[in-house]
Amino acid sequence: MRTANSSGGGADEKGVIEGVLSRHGHDATRLMQILREVQEGLGWLSPSILTAIADGAKLPRARVEGVAGFYHFFHTEPLGRYRVLWSDNITDRMQGNADLMARMCKKLWLKAGNVSEDGLVSVDTTSCTGMCDQGPAILVNYRPITRMTPERVDKVVDLIRRQVPLAEWPAEFFLVEDNIRRKDALLSHDLAPGDALRALKSPQDVLEAVKASGLRGRGGAGFSTGQKWEFCRNAPGTGSSPAHYVVCNADEGEPGTFKDRVLLSSCADLVFEGMTIAGYVIGAKKGLVYLRGEYRYLMEPLNEVLQRRRAANLLGKSVLGQIGFDFDIEIHMGAGAYICGEETALLESLEGKRGVPRKRPPFPVTSGFLGQPTAVNNVETLAAAALIAAKGAAWYKTLGTAKSTGTKVLSISGDCARPGVYEYPYGVTVAQVLADCGARDTQACQIAGASGLCIAPAEFGRRIAFEDIPTGGSFMIFDNSRDMFEVARNFAHFFVHESCGFCTPCRVGTTLLKNGMDKIHEGHGGEYDINDIWRIIRTLKTASHCGLGQTAGNCVADTLQKFRPSYELRLNVHEFEPAFDLDKALSKMREVTGRDDPGAHFHIAHRKSKSGIGTKAGDEA
Amino acid sequence: MSNGQDTKSFFLDDEEIPFEEGQTIIQAALTAGKYIPHLCYHPEFKPHGSCKLCTVRIDSRTITTEDGQTVKIPGRAAASCTTPAQAEQHVESNTPELLDLRRTLVQMLLVEGNHFCPSCEKSGKCMLQGLAYDLGVMSPHFPQYFSKREVDATHPDVLLDFNRCILCELCVRASAEVDKKNVFSLSGRGNTKHLICNSESGKLGDTNLAATDKAANVCPVGVILHKRHGFEVPYGQRRFDTAPISDNPVQYAPVKEQV
Amino acid sequence: MNASTSAPKRKLKVATTSLAGCFGCHMSFLDIDERILDLIELIEFDRSPLTDIKHCSTDCDIGIIEGGVCNAENVHVLHEFRKNCKILIAIGACSINGGLPAQRNSLDIRDILAAVYAQPGRGVHIPNDPEIPLLLNEVHPLHEVVKIDYFLPGCPPSGDAIWKFLTDLLAGRTPSLGHGLIHFD
Ligand SMILES: Cc1cc2nc3c(=O)[nH]c(=O)nc-3n(C[C@H](O)[C@H](O)[C@H](O)COP(=O)(O)O)c2cc1C
Ligand code: SF4
Ligand code: SF4
Ligand code: SF4
Ligand code: FES
Ligand code: FES
Repeated sequence: MRTANSSGGGADEKGVIEGVLSRHGHDATRLMQILREVQEGLGWLSPSILTAIADGAKLPRARVEGVAGFYHFFHTEPLGRYRVLWSDNITDRMQGNADLMARMCKKLWLKAGNVSEDGLVSVDTTSCTGMCDQGPAILVNYRPITRMTPERVDKVVDLIRRQVPLAEWPAEFFLVEDNIRRKDALLSHDLAPGDALRALKSPQDVLEAVKASGLRGRGGAGFSTGQKWEFCRNAPGTGSSPAHYVVCNADEGEPGTFKDRVLLSSCADLVFEGMTIAGYVIGAKKGLVYLRGEYRYLMEPLNEVLQRRRAANLLGKSVLGQIGFDFDIEIHMGAGAYICGEETALLESLEGKRGVPRKRPPFPVTSGFLGQPTAVNNVETLAAAALIAAKGAAWYKTLGTAKSTGTKVLSISGDCARPGVYEYPYGVTVAQVLADCGARDTQACQIAGASGLCIAPAEFGRRIAFEDIPTGGSFMIFDNSRDMFEVARNFAHFFVHESCGFCTPCRVGTTLLKNGMDKIHEGHGGEYDINDIWRIIRTLKTASHCGLGQTAGNCVADTLQKFRPSYELRLNVHEFEPAFDLDKALSKMREVTGRDDPGAHFHIAHRKSKSGIGTKAGDEA
Repeated sequence: MSNGQDTKSFFLDDEEIPFEEGQTIIQAALTAGKYIPHLCYHPEFKPHGSCKLCTVRIDSRTITTEDGQTVKIPGRAAASCTTPAQAEQHVESNTPELLDLRRTLVQMLLVEGNHFCPSCEKSGKCMLQGLAYDLGVMSPHFPQYFSKREVDATHPDVLLDFNRCILCELCVRASAEVDKKNVFSLSGRGNTKHLICNSESGKLGDTNLAATDKAANVCPVGVILHKRHGFEVPYGQRRFDTAPISDNPVQYAPVKEQV
Repeated sequence: MNASTSAPKRKLKVATTSLAGCFGCHMSFLDIDERILDLIELIEFDRSPLTDIKHCSTDCDIGIIEGGVCNAENVHVLHEFRKNCKILIAIGACSINGGLPAQRNSLDIRDILAAVYAQPGRGVHIPNDPEIPLLLNEVHPLHEVVKIDYFLPGCPPSGDAIWKFLTDLLAGRTPSLGHGLIHFD
């Protein structure tokens, strides 16, 4: 395949579009893949390109434009031939990404968010790219470069200036480490490809084993995997082409998590084997991996693994020679949308639509991909299921706690000596984890990502387990030098970028929450704003359509309760401050009149006054 | 309503409401003459549950603690337009908490768009405004976005003023489900989400919308307007001048425009 | 404590002003007609277009403001009201969301001025006399600048709405308008 920067314009637009469309059978449900591949060939999705794709896929043009406009990695405006995106998770911030990005922009004579005038390069930020243990990280044309330093910035700038094709950049730039620091049952498995499949008994037996193992979803919600498979298996396929599907959720968008990336790069066979077993149990012939756009670089290696498995008859017709056991797997790429980790938004995206969560009921187990019964599982869940199929439920149940059997793979980042991937039996304490990764003077842990829990030292005795602290695996550490207000503010920004915008409370509430946090950050916040923030958080929690909105206020709520001084120290007054910067509001008039006299300013002295609403002495009309 | 079939019922604010299998809470409630606020729900289209004005609480419980205090445990919150009614359910709608929530949601919509009612043709029959009146919303409360939005006057008969769009997707659904034209769709996401028209120019004039289409007559607010038909009903005689929105639950969502 | 249950006898001091408004709300105020005589029993006017007093007394009870905030002077006046009035009321659409004047917010103020002050053949001369208050980049509602205690919407609110609102307030009740009196237009 071609990288975007290989096209210098003038490419045969029609040819590229027709080629991609026919490769995908002009299938409207494959719109995501069509858009991505056309963009990889032509650089961006111009209005005429969208029209051509719509015609080719027999879709209303506005539908195609709506999909293109939804995903951050699709571009309906021309962008630089080199697109640099700086991962902007709080962990990247802590590793100094802001200064590095400023350095890059300065060297390129560019403002962040803009395209250079010659159309060569654009620089911007993006949500967490899942490289938190080796940040600060960037994506250049959607390929990750980790461990950015000033020197690396300079080298990248130089390569861009000299227009060196990405394929010729130093290979070590693109090195992504697994950083596996602690292995337990899953990561130290000794299964060869096919071992788990060879151990399979009847689908019913396997289902019973998965149920008996107590395995619960590792993607966050913690639903019983056995039950999910059973519901799905019992739900009939419908319509003209009834079928069942297995979907592997590899969207891994939660800030601070990267364990699925490591599982896919170090245990892909086990994950695919888990999917195959799920297919065997629920009666699916097809499995789909939804891989986040940030992990685009994993697609070729994963396809190679799939190819190998097909050759070994671990996939395809009559798997391992068992008549009637047909199963194959296909990889679908996302395009920069955290919300597509939510399983119903993911299904919409798989069907070539905007990633908007569906209403429930119906649930995916009865009506999922293309309306057919579908089991959506996290990468780690599927790998664990394969392990259980091979080694038995009884063995698995010896690991972990009574309510949380097995192990959990954690992605550890932030202030510690050894960030990376750690696997523990469930029930491990936060304190133990902190000790193992070499964290010192820890002030707080954000567990389960931006939408998770913020834990203060008094709670470090708590355990990672469904019955105490459930987590999809994100574990970010903040030492005493960190400002927990800024952590919460970073997450507030994250949710604004990632809200799908479907429902009122989240679409508007996340922005209002961010604005409130920014106002406090700029020293204009007061008790009034804190009250408003609580009101917004309540609204988000109660009324939002999906988990994103429902949890978007969590970190602000937690830090307001547990790290309140970090807010209070910023509150200038305790009553009311304007919603906007008064003095700045005169800026354009100062510019056009050239005035700078006292009457052309609001003096900020009154901000320090106790009442906060009085004017400064001497203000005159 | 009950015509002999096995009628089941649930409770809405302690009043018994009969329903038929498959009905949502709001359908059953409106049929029984009980109003639940709503904006994006319309009986003729598939509900999609985005505005969240119809949020209710289901099955709250009161428990007595060991020290003899009664504590209310709030039930789960859900959009009543997408939640199927179930027998014996206890649904709360008219509670201070939910009224406050709805007020907040209306205020969010009021600051997100640019709603200058005095110069809006829809004023007096606008669902958002009617709801605001009914809920006693006296101000938008939050800082205005003052977002820059367009007006599209390219169509001979229909004007679009995007300043007032609340993204309820009624026009999208009407055009897709009833007119089979797909004139409208959504693009962007989060706070950049916006309505688009089905043409390469993006202009309504280049689509095949007709003024008689369902999509042209379904907007609950003042976005999709018919040219030459503004301000026809005098102040004082418009829909919400004469009766509050909650007075007439079965006269569903948007009034048909006079074309 | 000697809490009295009857309403305070002293007349309440009321200040009013119009910022970026059209005086429509003040005119509507006069629409309460002969009821103004009852009102005068209860209140006395301080700074107001009705009295020509130029600055608020420091002990006003109620401030009533129509119009939004469009320039620096509006901000100073609003601050004066907030400082001197115990209860501040935003009256009318413009004070509550900027109203008609805020419809300029969709344009850049620099472009507006350039268009307004363009003189054929002589370029653009935007007045820059320090006596003239500068315009804000955008028009804002009052509650974005100071804390507002009550809002009375309408463009303008009807005399009946104003009457109901004030009688509630003066009787010590939280004002509540109800159907027919709440209007955004
Ligand atoms: C906003 C949001 C984002 C999510 N992101 C992910 C994700 O990246 N990966 C994942 O496996 N599950 C994610 N989930 C959870 C999925 O909806 C779903 O519960 C999960 O994939 C089910 O798999 P499991 O049972 O194996 O955990 C997310 C949920 C929400 C609400
Ligand atoms: S809560 Fe947010 S992300 Fe979820 S549906 Fe609503 S707008 Fe979309
Ligand atoms: S759409 Fe409704 S709320 Fe918005 S300006 Fe028009 S009448 Fe007012
Ligand atoms: S134009 Fe009207 S009907 Fe369409 S989404 Fe906007 S508010 Fe809803
Ligand atoms: S009416 Fe139910 S969510 Fe809009
Ligand atoms: S001045 Fe009263 S509404 Fe504008």
